Amino acid sequence: MAYVAVKGGEQAIRNAEALLAARRRGDPDVPELSLEQIKQQLQLAVNRVMAEGSLYDPDLAALAIKQSWGDLVEAAFLLRAYRTTLPRLYYSQPLDTGKMVVQRRISAIFKDTPGGQKLGPTFDYVHRLLDFKLAAEDNQFVAPSQATEAAIAPTPRALDTLAREDLITMPAPPQATEDGAVPAYGAVPAKNETPPPYDLTRQPLDTPLARDARLQNLARADEGFLLSMAYSTQRGYGTNHPFAGDVRMGAVEVVICPEELGFAVAIADITVTEVQMVNQFKGNQETPPQFTQGYGLTFGYNERKAMAMALMDRALQAKALGETVSNPAQDEEFVLYHSDNVEAQGFVQHLKLPHYIDFQAELNLVRQLRQTAPSSPPAPPTAASPPLTSPAVAASPAAVPATLGPAEATGACES
Amino acid sequence: MTPPLPSSSPTANPMTAASPEPGFNFAYLDEQTKRSIRRALLKAVAIPGHQIPFSSREMPMAYGWGTGGVQVTAAVIGQPDTLKVIDQGADDTTNAVNIRRFFQKVCGVATTDRTAEATLIQTRHRIPETPLQPGQIMVYQVPMPEPLFFIEPSRTEANKMHALEEYGPMYVRLYEDVTQFGHIAMAYDYPVMVGDRYLMKPSPIPRFDNPKLHMSPALQLFGAGREKRIYAIPPYTSVKSLDFDDHPFTVETWDAACAFCGATDSYLDEVVTDDQGSRLWICSDTDYCHQRQQAALSDKPNALATPAD
Repeated sequence: MAYVAVKGGEQAIRNAEALLAARRRGDPDVPELSLEQIKQQLQLAVNRVMAEGSLYDPDLAALAIKQSWGDLVEAAFLLRAYRTTLPRLYYSQPLDTGKMVVQRRISAIFKDTPGGQKLGPTFDYVHRLLDFKLAAEDNQFVAPSQATEAAIAPTPRALDTLAREDLITMPAPPQATEDGAVPAYGAVPAKNETPPPYDLTRQPLDTPLARDARLQNLARADEGFLLSMAYSTQRGYGTNHPFAGDVRMGAVEVVICPEELGFAVAIADITVTEVQMVNQFKGNQETPPQFTQGYGLTFGYNERKAMAMALMDRALQAKALGETVSNPAQDEEFVLYHSDNVEAQGFVQHLKLPHYIDFQAELNLVRQLRQTAPSSPPAPPTAASPPLTSPAVAASPAAVPATLGPAEATGACES
Repeated sequence: MTPPLPSSSPTANPMTAASPEPGFNFAYLDEQTKRSIRRALLKAVAIPGHQIPFSSREMPMAYGWGTGGVQVTAAVIGQPDTLKVIDQGADDTTNAVNIRRFFQKVCGVATTDRTAEATLIQTRHRIPETPLQPGQIMVYQVPMPEPLFFIEPSRTEANKMHALEEYGPMYVRLYEDVTQFGHIAMAYDYPVMVGDRYLMKPSPIPRFDNPKLHMSPALQLFGAGREKRIYAIPPYTSVKSLDFDDHPFTVETWDAACAFCGATDSYLDEVVTDDQGSRLWICSDTDYCHQRQQAALSDKPNALATPAD
């Protein structure tokens, strides 16, 4: 019986795994990629995988990219499945991005601002012409001498200027709320008290959410999804008039303060991209007209994602700001439950798994519906019979002349 | 009601749980995570049919591949357990093989194909034909735990509806079927009412299996990994498939018998044997079918009908 294709599943799985490994390696005469090459020369891929994999580790991200045959969503999944086995020992202190050693810093709202404008390594003004010279190897590229030295002086955030004038609401640290309710916008936390942040890796996402959980979700979210959702707000589906207040990329110090030590310890320098959007807000009964902020932060150099994240953070403040929530990008449940590509890719692709039991059930049902439909089709090649049911159902549309429409058939059924 | 204790006690010593696979804890998850899942399971057992959020983890298989069931199994499995894994009723489908392989690797527990021998059965889309026994645990893989999702996609709203027992819209949906087709047109994942209180999705089992949920002597646990929900039906709990007095719930029947074992009381799976429309019907529960074939052979060694090739 050749049809029992599922027999020997274990051998098939092993073979598929071996075949994948061989195909991934490709022609053995071509030198194998090293993790160092991936880490250095595919750095933006590494950054994306670290951001969506929710783990800052360029070596492991490079390994994941190599192992996933270059499939970045798969690589993020590999990294997530690994990170979930790691113990959570400490929560870091909030990053101070004001002290970032910036490699790039742009403000689109002030021509000049303390810390200045610094283009850094960017595609922004590069003519997108295929560089055929790059196809040849052994190119030498020398960084301009000035650019190699990162600014050492602190670069204050451009939005602080607006905050001093009270023109923008700076978000407060998250409020502890027992029921997970969204705190009022700009609510002031209790004195000297910063409750531990919501942690999606330890608590299930459960709406309605406070902003800390939302930001964590967005920071791990699929870049493509965020990009398109953010784009939709610019095209009228939840317009909020954004300006790029401060876009910066560089190294920041990660500091922990272990209780057993009682003092702060810097444990790492990590590269992050931070975006603060300035958005118009017309005000409401309690709040005078002012600017609001959308915030984006990602691991690594991930500017497109950080900007999209900032737009989405602002769009999702609609409810708290008393704006009309009428577009997908403003709908917390729509955005946050569908933003995770590890979840999404799994559920979309699980349709590949066997479904023949459910399909058999549907097949039986559709054949039964067709048998009893007003326009009776030829008898199906089935051994399944309609379920034996009460007399009321036995006198269902099957007994009704084929000329009757569905409405009349229904009437006959209920008589 | 007080459910009997599961036969498989969780790992005896949580701090030193050893896995046969070096570098991983027994049953893959760390003990704190397993404990948090067991807390959710206890709540779920205490409120039959009610969905309990839990901090579902990324697993080394994709969401949609049974990560919820895998996490529940990992949380309750112990060294003395005997595990059976089925997908579509069969022990040898690729996904069942893969999950069984995973637990062999990270637990080293005994596995079996035989329903009667298993203390723990993880399943996707079927309930075995062999009646379950007291002390057995069924673990269901659940894709969408929320029975109201196609009526109310907002989880916040759906939670309110459950709290208020506001299940009218579901009955309206079923009634619309009755008016349109003369009967309820839901073939699988047919909604049930658990303990006369909570509307629940039984996972995408065919409605043929729904009656087996009712007053089952086994503990039935449901895990939805991607949706991060756990729910349960404790042993001997009333589980009623939604219906109307004048349109009672029914299950499908077949005119054919299983081509291998001749069963007429099991869920049959239609197999297309050529491109001319030829078909035959076989038991979807491979263990049940196999047991029946063995029994027939030992009764009358030559009597078993061999299917035509």
